[in-house]
Amino acid sequence: MKKIEAILKPFKLDEVKEALAQEGIQGMTVSEVRGFGRQRGHTELYRGAEYVVDFLPKIKVELLVDDADAEKACRVIEQSGKTGKIGDGKIFILPVDDIVRIRTGERGADAV
Amino acid sequence: MIQKRLFPRMATAVVLVTALAGPALADDVSAEMFTVNNLWMMIAAGLVFIMHLGFATLESGLTRAKNTTNILFKNTYIVCIGLLTYAFVGFNLMYPGDFNGFLGFSGFGLSPDAAGMTIAYADGNYTYWTDFLFQGMFAATCATIVSGAVAERIKLSSFMVFSLVFVALVYPITGSWKWGGGWLDGMGFYDFAGSTLVHSVGGWGALAGVLLLGPRMGKYSKDGRANAIPGSNMPLATIGVLLLWLGWFGFNGGSVLNADPAAVSLTLVTTSLAAAAGGMSAMMVSWGVSKKPDLSMALNGILAGLVGITAGADQMAMWSSMLIGAIAGVIVVYAVMFVDKLRIDDPVGAISVHLVCGIWGTLAVGIFGAKAGLGQLGIQAIGVVAYGTAAFLSSLAIFGVLKATMGIRVSPEEEQEGLDIGEHGMQAYPDFQQSSFGGGASNLVSSSGAMRSSVTSGVLRAGTETA
Repeated sequence: MKKIEAILKPFKLDEVKEALAQEGIQGMTVSEVRGFGRQRGHTELYRGAEYVVDFLPKIKVELLVDDADAEKACRVIEQSGKTGKIGDGKIFILPVDDIVRIRTGERGADAV
Repeated sequence: MIQKRLFPRMATAVVLVTALAGPALADDVSAEMFTVNNLWMMIAAGLVFIMHLGFATLESGLTRAKNTTNILFKNTYIVCIGLLTYAFVGFNLMYPGDFNGFLGFSGFGLSPDAAGMTIAYADGNYTYWTDFLFQGMFAATCATIVSGAVAERIKLSSFMVFSLVFVALVYPITGSWKWGGGWLDGMGFYDFAGSTLVHSVGGWGALAGVLLLGPRMGKYSKDGRANAIPGSNMPLATIGVLLLWLGWFGFNGGSVLNADPAAVSLTLVTTSLAAAAGGMSAMMVSWGVSKKPDLSMALNGILAGLVGITAGADQMAMWSSMLIGAIAGVIVVYAVMFVDKLRIDDPVGAISVHLVCGIWGTLAVGIFGAKAGLGQLGIQAIGVVAYGTAAFLSSLAIFGVLKATMGIRVSPEEEQEGLDIGEHGMQAYPDFQQSSFGGGASNLVSSSGAMRSSVTSGVLRAGTETA
C-alpha cells in the first residue's frame, strides 16, 4: 500500500476529487496548509506597512491506495491538478506499514 | 411649492420668538412636547449604547484571533464600569451645578428632586433619569477608545484599574469644564457632542497608554521598519464601523438635547455627510499611497469624518460638513502612517481617529459654520491645549503608577501565546472553523505560537489569490 500526499492549489480540489472518483478512488483526507516551493511569495500592504507573504494557502490531499493503483492515482492527480503556472504543487508517494479500519478492525488491503 | 419652503421658516421664526420670551419658556412646552423630547433622548441613549457593539466588533476585527476574548472582555467591562461609576460619582462630577469652574461635586449617587421628572427639570427636554442615562452612555465610549490602542499586550487587571479611574474621574472632571458650565464654557469654547470631551480625551489616554506600554512584539524591526500585523476579521471590523455610524445618530442627534425638528434633522445630516466624505477621501488617499485600496483605512476614514463633525454638527451646512469629513479622512490616513513612523504601535488607529481628528473637529468649529472666526478659533485652540494637558498628564500619571506597581504589560511568553490563553484560559475560536476551499483563502497571520484557530478562522481577504 502506498500513501499519496498531494499539495494542490485550493481551487483545484473539486476537479481532483472528481477525477479520482472516476478512476474508482473514493476516500481521501483534505486539510488546509500553507507553503511554498519555488513559487515566490508576494508583497502585501496593510495600513501603509509593506510585508512579504511567503506562505501561500494550499490544499493537502492524502489518500491510501494499493501498490498497483499508485501510479494511476498520481497521473490522475497530476493531470487534474495542473494549471501550468508556477505553484501547482507536488505529489509525494510514501510506503505504508499498515492500515486499520476502525469500525471493523480490518487490516491491510481490506481496509483501504 | 412655495408653501413647503415657507412653513419651516415660519416655524423657525416662532421658535426664535418663543426662545426670546425667556423664563416663561418652560411653561410653553406642552406635556406632549415634553414626552416627544424625552422619548427622542431615550432613543438617542440607546443608539449611543450601540456604539459599544461597534467598538467591540471593530477592535476584534482589527486584532489577532488569539487575543479576541481579551478584547471583548475589556469592552464588556468598560460598558459596565462606565455606567456604574457614572451613577456613583461621574454624573455629579460632570454636572456639579454651581461650582468654581474647575472641580465640583454634587454628591454621591443619583438623587433627583421632585422636579426631576417634570417639565421644570430641563425646560421640558428630558427628565433627570434620561439626562443621566444619555450622558452615562457617553462616559463609557470615552474609555473604550483606549482599549483599542493598548490591545494585544496590556495586562488586563491594570487596564481595568486605569479605566475605572479614567471614566470615574478624568472624563467627568474635564467634561465639567464645558458641558458642566465650567471655565471653558464661560470662555465660549464650543464642543457640540464631544470631539474634544469624549474623543480627544480618550485619544490622549490612548497615547499615554501606548507610550508607556511599548509596541507589540514583532511590530517594529530593528531597522525601524514597521511590520504589518493584519487584523483577523474584516467582516467584524466593517460591521463595527457601520454600527458606530448608526450609534452616532444618537451621539450627535441626541446632543441637541431635545427633539427640535430643525436642529436634530440638520445634525443627523451633517453627521452622515461627514462620515461619507471621510470614508471616500480616506479610500482615495490610501489607494494613492498604497497603490491598492485598504479597507481598514476606509473604515478609519468614516470614523474620522464622524469624529471631525462631532464638535460642530449643529453649526455646519452641507458643504462644510462634507469638507470637514473629507479633510478628516485625509488626515487620518497620514496620521496612521505617521504614528507608525514614530514607532507608536496603535493596532486600530485609535490615536489617529480620535485624538488627531478630534483636535481637527474642535478647531473646525472656528473655521467653518456659524461660529467661524479667528476669535472662536483661538478659544477652540485653548480648549484643545487645556484638555490635552489635563487628559494626557493624568493618563500618564495613572498608567505610570500602574506600571511601577502592578506592571501594565503581559509577559513576552503570554503575548506570543495570546492573551486569550494567558489572561482568560479560554480561546475565542476553540473549534476547527468551517471554511470553503473553492478559491477562498485563510488569513495569512503567522504569529509564532498561535493556535490552529487563528489559522483556520476562515477569513476572506481581498487581493489574495494563489494563481
